[in-house]
Amino acid sequence: MKKNQEKIYTILIGGQAGDGAREAGVNLARLFCKLGYYVFASMEYPSLIRGGHNFCRVSFSKEKIYSDYRELDAIIALNQETADLHKNELKKSGVIFFDNNINSIIGKSGQLISLPITSYAKELSAPSLARTAVALGAFCRYYDLSLLKLNEVFTDIFGSKAQINIDLAKKGFDYLQDKNFGQTKFSKPDKKIKGQIIDGNAATGEGMMAAGMKNYIAYPMTPATSVLHHLAKQAPKYGLKVTQAESEVAVINMVLGSAYAGVRTATGTSGGGFALMTEALSMAGIAEIPTVVVESQRPGPSTGVPTRTAQGDLQFVRQILGEFPRIVLAPGDQQESYEIGGKAMNLAWQYQLPVMIALDKHLSESLSNADFSKIKIKPEKIKISKGGKNYQRYAFSTDGVSTLCFPGTKDTIVKVNSYEHSEDGLITESAEMTQKMFDKRFAKLKNLEKEINSFKGVKIYGDKKSKNIVVFWGSTKGAVLEAIKYVKKPVKAVQVLVIEPLPVKSLLEAFKGAKKIIDIELNHTGQLAQVIAEKTGLKIKNKILKYDTFAFEPIELAKKIDKIL
Amino acid sequence: MNIDLNTKAKNTWCPGCTNFMILTAFKNALSELITEGKIKKDNIVVGAGIGCHGKIADYVGTNSIISLHGRVVPTMTGVKLGNPDLTTIAFSGDGDSYAEGIEHLVHAAKRNSDIKLFVHNNQVFGLTTGQVTPTSNRGYKGKSTPQGSVEEPINPQLVMLASGATFVARVYTGDLPFMTQIMKKAILHKGFAHLEIIQPCISFNDTRDYFKERVYNLDQNSPKNDLQWAMQKVQEKERIPLGIFYEVEKATFEEQL
Repeated sequence: MKKNQEKIYTILIGGQAGDGAREAGVNLARLFCKLGYYVFASMEYPSLIRGGHNFCRVSFSKEKIYSDYRELDAIIALNQETADLHKNELKKSGVIFFDNNINSIIGKSGQLISLPITSYAKELSAPSLARTAVALGAFCRYYDLSLLKLNEVFTDIFGSKAQINIDLAKKGFDYLQDKNFGQTKFSKPDKKIKGQIIDGNAATGEGMMAAGMKNYIAYPMTPATSVLHHLAKQAPKYGLKVTQAESEVAVINMVLGSAYAGVRTATGTSGGGFALMTEALSMAGIAEIPTVVVESQRPGPSTGVPTRTAQGDLQFVRQILGEFPRIVLAPGDQQESYEIGGKAMNLAWQYQLPVMIALDKHLSESLSNADFSKIKIKPEKIKISKGGKNYQRYAFSTDGVSTLCFPGTKDTIVKVNSYEHSEDGLITESAEMTQKMFDKRFAKLKNLEKEINSFKGVKIYGDKKSKNIVVFWGSTKGAVLEAIKYVKKPVKAVQVLVIEPLPVKSLLEAFKGAKKIIDIELNHTGQLAQVIAEKTGLKIKNKILKYDTFAFEPIELAKKIDKIL
Repeated sequence: MNIDLNTKAKNTWCPGCTNFMILTAFKNALSELITEGKIKKDNIVVGAGIGCHGKIADYVGTNSIISLHGRVVPTMTGVKLGNPDLTTIAFSGDGDSYAEGIEHLVHAAKRNSDIKLFVHNNQVFGLTTGQVTPTSNRGYKGKSTPQGSVEEPINPQLVMLASGATFVARVYTGDLPFMTQIMKKAILHKGFAHLEIIQPCISFNDTRDYFKERVYNLDQNSPKNDLQWAMQKVQEKERIPLGIFYEVEKATFEEQL
């Protein structure tokens, strides 16, 4: 491993479920963003409502960072367990801030700072959740950060209810000031950064809205649920309708109905919910109904480990029953989630087919900086007919895309069908017509493949001339782009953003002259490598696979890459 | 006015199938409602599930969507969500809606989604050549129950009333004018309408004689908004009442969004 010149700091804040550790972590991330740092914050929590160990880990730096790190500069412990579980991850100079109602913390290293967190909250009759503000205030004093900026964060989030947080933060700040604690400073950022911090789910939702989504229909399932939450909150502002239906089966059939009626519509779920949706997605295939599904993966099989992360559904999302063209897109960070949310919606309507966006818990729920002003998304032009007596929903055309028309159009009949059909949408069992309709649907691939190659279905990072290549998809991008900062040999990092149809040309171009290719995935079988082998014949022998339900950690990954190279 | 509601599709129902009565009644109902200026032809969307009933969408010259087995209700809820101006009429069968898709009926009724569900209830799976459905009588001998079914049938009307449907009615294919009249009322109802259409299946469950002796029309003056009365009435077995059991007006799901 080589040394990375950048200064990267990491803070962990943890407590029981219900302690507000996640919310406090998010506020910390917002604070760093306001101060001009690049941030990456990940969330860990068990599948329960109260108790258990929850934490948010926030890494930040003056330079763009793509992942959080395990080695900690500070821990904010709202309970004993947080300190016990994470004290060994502290750097030598590390600090533990903890509530003084915790009995004992025996640290191997680092400084212990006891704070009257709970007693201050009681003193001000503050709700229990707000008590984290005491710790954040003290944190600001210790690291010489502006309390005013922290107050701004509270005001942004809580509005008129921010005062209690501001008061508690002041008490925490003053407590350390009065004790005359020495101050440590983070290396200060020298430029302002544009944009906001956002998680992958919200970013995907925003992207779909920017591309004209007016209906979002879903059933809650971790880790896709926050797409539903985010959009439900935004709905009134954007004229979006958000509906929670009785099951994923109901959801996807409603999506099809809504799209048939002419409205850009999407849904989001995880693997189990997606399994229930596949029959209707197959209908979207034959009926050529534009459909967008966000599939945020979690470790399976079955219920699996609901609140953790994995990339085990890649093959599944591309293998819906029946043969028809479909699209699978996989963003690797929050910025790409926005871009791909928009792209997915546009492609679905331009090509009239189902589009799947593969996220995973680590991308869905982690926060990072994103600047959406750099990406222009709008509802792209689609093939529309004015209708009339001669309109045929499935009229043949050279590019396989028939013009769309919607029920309610004057003197027009729009017939769609889950059965094989002729051009007018009526059921057919004709062998000749069936074959023609297959050819019609697959004719879309010609333009689609061109479009995918121009859309940067493959991105290259690192040393672009290196013959040592790592290839990856989805949220693994974060750890890979950090890890290659530490890998001894120069590495070319290849990200695949379009899984279906795989941009074979761009991919083979990227692999040209490769000496060693390493496939890096969060699954047991190397599913991206399987897809590449299927589509290109290229077999990738070296694989770094992880399926312990946690995302890759940059340093740990760098060591593994070093070992293979 | 004669409204053209024909299509080029070749009808594939069995000769003499009671579905022809349903198709005729439905076309008459639409034709009259369009002529009376109560609905617009361009705004009609006919939905269908999978089963013998489902082909009706091919035989009616309006917008249509043939969905999946059991899923026509959520599909049509989506259509209505997409464009609340559309007149959404869903066809289904007893296998289609009372077996595979019953969850959707309960929830569509609960949320009072503004769709009209016409269920062809012949108490048998016809298209798959004769198996029991949730409304088959105990003892029904089908290909999957050669010794006779050991299950009691469900009462779909009772399920719908308990779920909050705002229009609950039953007709029999033997009375074309009455069927047409109730279909018209269901289509004009604001909210979720459940219309059970009892029909004999002449190939796998010929109940013509059974129903002929038992069906009767409800008194015109019977209550329309008495849930208790409706719940009792739909459970009558010796004689089988036809007509509207329950009809109330409530805000629809779509208009509240």
